[in-house]
Amino acid sequence: MHNKTVAELSKGLAAGEYSSVELTQHFLTRIAEQDTTINSFITVCENEALSEAKAADEKISAGDATPWTGIPFAHKDIFCTQGVKTSCGSKMLDNFIPPYDATVTSNFKQQGAVCLGKTNMDEFAMGSSNESSYYGKVTNPWGENLVPGGSSGGSAAAVAARLTPAATATDTGGSIRQPSALCGVTGLKPTYGRVSRYGMIAFASSLDQGGPIARTAEDAAMMLNVMASYDKRDSTCIEREVPDYTSTLNNSIEGMNIGLPKEFFSDKLDAKMQQQVQNAVKEIEKLGANIKEISLPHTELSVPAYYIIAPAECSANLSRFDGVRYGHRCDNPKDLEDLYMRSRTEGFGDEVKRRILVGAYALSAGFYDAYYRKAQQVRRLIKNDFTSAFKDVDLIIGPTTPSPAFGFNSKGADPTAMYLEDIFTISTNLAGLPGMSIPGGMVNGLPVGLQLIGNYFDESRLLNVSHQFQKVTDWHNKTPTNCR
Amino acid sequence: MSIQREDVEKIARLAKLQINEEQLETVASELSNILGLVDQLQAVNTDNIEPMAHPTDAVQILRADQVTETNNREAFQKIAPATENGLYLVPKVIE
Repeated sequence: MHNKTVAELSKGLAAGEYSSVELTQHFLTRIAEQDTTINSFITVCENEALSEAKAADEKISAGDATPWTGIPFAHKDIFCTQGVKTSCGSKMLDNFIPPYDATVTSNFKQQGAVCLGKTNMDEFAMGSSNESSYYGKVTNPWGENLVPGGSSGGSAAAVAARLTPAATATDTGGSIRQPSALCGVTGLKPTYGRVSRYGMIAFASSLDQGGPIARTAEDAAMMLNVMASYDKRDSTCIEREVPDYTSTLNNSIEGMNIGLPKEFFSDKLDAKMQQQVQNAVKEIEKLGANIKEISLPHTELSVPAYYIIAPAECSANLSRFDGVRYGHRCDNPKDLEDLYMRSRTEGFGDEVKRRILVGAYALSAGFYDAYYRKAQQVRRLIKNDFTSAFKDVDLIIGPTTPSPAFGFNSKGADPTAMYLEDIFTISTNLAGLPGMSIPGGMVNGLPVGLQLIGNYFDESRLLNVSHQFQKVTDWHNKTPTNCR
Repeated sequence: MSIQREDVEKIARLAKLQINEEQLETVASELSNILGLVDQLQAVNTDNIEPMAHPTDAVQILRADQVTETNNREAFQKIAPATENGLYLVPKVIE
């Protein structure tokens, strides 16, 4: 059952081949047996999941089911779940039991989906290797010494290891696409404003966006059908009709114009990766698409612009953790200053502190124009690159990451080495565009991520091209070496 | 841009974080590396470029000034570290 896709499981449940309780128990057993080594879950919701499954089975027999009724899935531990711990991978929120649901959480509940648990992640979604979680690192199912990527490393690893058919995730600079690439699964970061951020713990509010991680484009489309919604509680959410993303999967891609940005095929890209991505592009060309080279000249500036904007917004967002209303509070504070200082110092890990400090510095008196304003100007230049490119092409394709999964502790003491891991994904967040990563090849026995970037609200096209690609390739069906 | 120990102490104070004496050098050098990376931006000509605040230039939505949420004070305070009579407790601020 664990090798089936969401689409297949949905049919199986409708046909009565198995019950949601059986399905849910199957995945709970796999998590209990295998997650001791992978560590992709922070919290497993065994009792809640089984009672949700029972309710789903009743709905199915009553003929009152949606495609998601009774389907097990997992939430990244950044989405608030009423009554279930939501830690955001931090000691700061180790005791946090949300009194409300995120909009994404409610959307899945309304469909009668079954939440297996909450997945591991880099602390406050800050990281590209899932090594910064307070709950320990996550192991990539493709190799016990390899990182799964981050920050949604738990979601990507759990889907790759078949511990859940699908999982929610979030992406601020590549946190859905990069772990999807490193774990060989399919992940989509929607257009900024497509998925509500209400109840999704904030890191950098002008960049954060929730999206799906699944094994296929078809499953990602099914997930986005649930995740995307207009929400008055998120003032940056865009009021726009949500199409049925599964209805256009089988469209022909003949005559579609696809651009390959020359800056994505530079010397920053591993040579073997380059070859695999080119092979994948040839497959897409065979399906009738026209391929041409394009230029996104400001690509190189995306990492520096991001490392001002994201830390600046993070330092503002994380100022809410004060030890007063919720979260970690130090013992015996001697005064208010001591309460703030020690609660925050004890509650946050090193990478989070580093980013708060960079952000506080960039926003401090006298530096605002030189840093934040400058970065926001460069951000517009990056967006303009894409706007010009989309006058000529319908879709942009390139690698998701410069190299396949890397080893634990391999980026050394300089934090900027890790930051450059996101060189191909960050510009999409800065521009607010939708981006997707799908398995597109293998290098040294490890998955290679193929990245697709679309115009605003063109998620249907990303899913359509990915689905057509997955119909003629089987990279997405490869099973990780450590998956039993 | 090179960050000194004193700079780290100052911004840590602003951010309400404590950095140990023995960590100051390390943090200063890490922050210097990060600011070295972002200093590439200074070479870019951004004359007459409007800073970008929202990808699709959306504006803040206004709503009628009406009560739309219910009062959940008890649920919210149940997860607070210390409360009394519906108030959040902090150490004494004014003598």
